[in-house]
Amino acid sequence: MSEPHIVVQDLCLAYGPKEVIHGISFEVQRHEIFGIIGPSQSGKTSLLRCINRTIDFSAEAAVAGTITVNGQDVRQLKDVYGLRRRIGMVAPLPVGLPLSIYDNVAFAPRCAGLTKRSQLDGLVEHCLRQAALWEEVKDRLDSLGTKLSGGQQQRLTIARALSHQPEILCLDEFSIAIDPVTTMRIEDVLKELRRHMTIILVTNLTQQARRLANRTMFLWSGAIVELDRSDVIFSEHPASRKTYEYVNGIFG
Amino acid sequence: MFAETPLVRRKLRREAVAKWIFCAMAASMIVPLLLIVGYLVIRAWPSLSLRFLVDMPANHMRDGGVWPALIGTIYLVVLSLAVSAPIGVLAAVYLNEYARDNWLNRLVNMAVINLAGVPSIIHALFGLGAFVYAARFGYSIVSASLTLAIMTLPVIIASTREALASVPRSFREACWNVGATRWQTIRAVVLPNSISGILTGLILQVSRAAGETAPIMFTGAVFFKAIQRGNPLPYGLHDSFMALSMHLFTLATQVPDVKESIPFATAVVLLGSVLLVNAAAIGLRVYLRSRKRW
Repeated sequence: MSEPHIVVQDLCLAYGPKEVIHGISFEVQRHEIFGIIGPSQSGKTSLLRCINRTIDFSAEAAVAGTITVNGQDVRQLKDVYGLRRRIGMVAPLPVGLPLSIYDNVAFAPRCAGLTKRSQLDGLVEHCLRQAALWEEVKDRLDSLGTKLSGGQQQRLTIARALSHQPEILCLDEFSIAIDPVTTMRIEDVLKELRRHMTIILVTNLTQQARRLANRTMFLWSGAIVELDRSDVIFSEHPASRKTYEYVNGIFG
Repeated sequence: MFAETPLVRRKLRREAVAKWIFCAMAASMIVPLLLIVGYLVIRAWPSLSLRFLVDMPANHMRDGGVWPALIGTIYLVVLSLAVSAPIGVLAAVYLNEYARDNWLNRLVNMAVINLAGVPSIIHALFGLGAFVYAARFGYSIVSASLTLAIMTLPVIIASTREALASVPRSFREACWNVGATRWQTIRAVVLPNSISGILTGLILQVSRAAGETAPIMFTGAVFFKAIQRGNPLPYGLHDSFMALSMHLFTLATQVPDVKESIPFATAVVLLGSVLLVNAAAIGLRVYLRSRKRW
């Protein structure tokens, strides 16, 4: 097996006096879809925020342990902006920025210093195609991203997350605000994207992890209950009884 | 099934009464405004004309117009905002977008809140000590403008922060997630979407700066100042000056046998210019709201 893409070691996270992640360790392989399931308050979102260091924006957060991406410790990095550009992040609620559709996608490349219109045009089209949105918006790239429907905005968010050509894509419960048909379309997109990047899929739809993830981690109030291949997690006999009960809806 | 029980009838009656009381209180706000404006205009009527705006006071203030006072007030407003607007807006951006919750920022916050509560007469004394004497700006437009600037600063900071805070945090997070710096986020998303609130807050300070009397009385406004007619910039920065609010005060209290309609006409000019500016603020807000983007 090749060198893992992301290595998390003994990660602890506290907001003030309240510890929400209690020393978890795991590895994510290159080009896998890594599912994270667990109820709310289990630390899933906080974990993602540690990986792309947007946790820095929470003044009261205290992080311990190490996270490496490509062998580099992200907590020692000076250029956090470069780090964030290597990681695409999709939030639970779709966020169309109050800019045109074009500018929504071109925002990140522009921040990184790309200004040539011809290059931007190509990139915007490429990302919108990857997010399966191009056909619906190609005639109105100048209209506002905030005026799109929820499902379209979520695909716009994905296009924006792809616009800085990340090597890792993190999706945080991307489907809670959109309809099942759009969800299925995005899931197809993810299967395609997997060939180009590593995907971390946080979801509280356990069946979504079953459909997509190669391996799945079950997180429960800041600790790993079980981490294994998805066919084991979702089988009749996962290692932990709790996992079985959670994925089968007996509790949680 | 839906028969009105006495209990329901009582509830409905109370609802109606409450609504009418609230409505009456709200509507009563219109009355003083109409009375003030109506009374002023009626009393001022004999003196109101375009000439009144552009004429010098004549016959020891008993006749003529308010030109030097009008120009002085415009000077004050423009200069004080030129100082307080950039400082206030930038300070608010720092406090709202960058500042973490530490002792320095808590101190700044406390200073802003307390500064906003200082009575204008205290600002006047401060301006007199700090600008007229200590900084040796003398009894001048600079001193008065700086005093007014300090007086309006905390309110500008507060209104700007409110405008910035009305931009949802999720927009900022979306920008941070794609590797934008705070400044890139502020420039691309936060400022364009809060500019209407910021401008409205600034414009509302115009009326405050124009109306204050005490701070300028202590720092540079005078009873009478002869200025060159036809010169649009008649005052130098270190000149003492006339202003509408001060002019109204002196006409009403210091000048014997003044023609009755002149103080009222002065008041109408002051009130009219303030209302004009406020109307501009409302218009601007309506225009920018109509292009609200989410």
